[in-house]
Amino acid sequence: MHIPDGYLSPQTYIPFYALFAGFLAAALKKIRSVLSAQTIPYLGMASAFSFLIMMFNVPIPGATTGHAVGAGLIAILLGPWSAVIAVSVALIIQALIFGDGGITAIGANCFNMGVVIPFVSYWSFRFIKGKTREGRRVIAAAFAAGYIGLNVAALLTAVEFGIQPLIASEAGRPLYAPYGLSVAVPAMALEHLLLFGIIEGLVTAVILKFFLISDPASIHAMKEE
Amino acid sequence: MNSFQKKLLIGLVVMAVVSPIGIKLPELMKAGEAWGEWSKDKIKEMIGYVPAGMEKDSEIWKAPIPDYNLGDEKSTFMVQALSYMLSGAIGIIVCGGLLYLLSRLLVKKNE
Repeated sequence: MHIPDGYLSPQTYIPFYALFAGFLAAALKKIRSVLSAQTIPYLGMASAFSFLIMMFNVPIPGATTGHAVGAGLIAILLGPWSAVIAVSVALIIQALIFGDGGITAIGANCFNMGVVIPFVSYWSFRFIKGKTREGRRVIAAAFAAGYIGLNVAALLTAVEFGIQPLIASEAGRPLYAPYGLSVAVPAMALEHLLLFGIIEGLVTAVILKFFLISDPASIHAMKEE
Repeated sequence: MNSFQKKLLIGLVVMAVVSPIGIKLPELMKAGEAWGEWSKDKIKEMIGYVPAGMEKDSEIWKAPIPDYNLGDEKSTFMVQALSYMLSGAIGIIVCGGLLYLLSRLLVKKNE
């Protein structure tokens, strides 16, 4: 889901830079009130976790690969605004040092994975969990939150790819990402619905379970009912 | 840092150490690039040409460790695996370090 350089037209990547900058500024303001001596180590570890989990490429045999992002889990644990910062820092480092995701696409990639997943997953989790505090429903809500968050982001990414031939073509030839919506959307949606979303859901559920056992008081989405 | 947080940190280091699974498994299962992350050569193979804008923008940035690999695609698995682990370690240090500094800065301003 890391869009490389050369796939998005400037009329796409510039607005996404602006959109992401707005969310980043808001996030920096919001996390001030929640940061404390206890949560500071979690924030750094969350960013490192997101960086690392994205290195675990999961194959669809004979076809393609994908990976979990961990952004929904981080949003549930630390709150969506902290997740915006943690995941975006990981994505920016991946782009700058490792060429994973384009420099021009940093705004779009950070918006797709660093903003959309945290908010969609966080609110899915709270909605599905309802007033439950423990047990299977909380774990199921975590799985669903990860699954839904990643799939919404994948769909959005597919739309960003898919509109390129419509908005940036010359003499009938696409200038950037060459496949239209009818190819990009089914391809991205199916692989995330069938496999990568499930991986994201499992990562979210298993690690949340671990926190529920070891440090339940720190879980952001279980507080402020 | 409390003992639970120390455990988590150890977990992150373990992730970096076993990270080469993330390159070996796709190779074993003959899985190609992620959708929409193809190289220019691959695009040419797929549609017969490289779109003009892509040609211009795709090499806008020279990353110091492209694809988490200090060698190249033809390097031995050992080189690629060690590069991958090192990249994971860099990820832990840089992401953790940046957020630590950022948090300190924000909290100080807060007080």
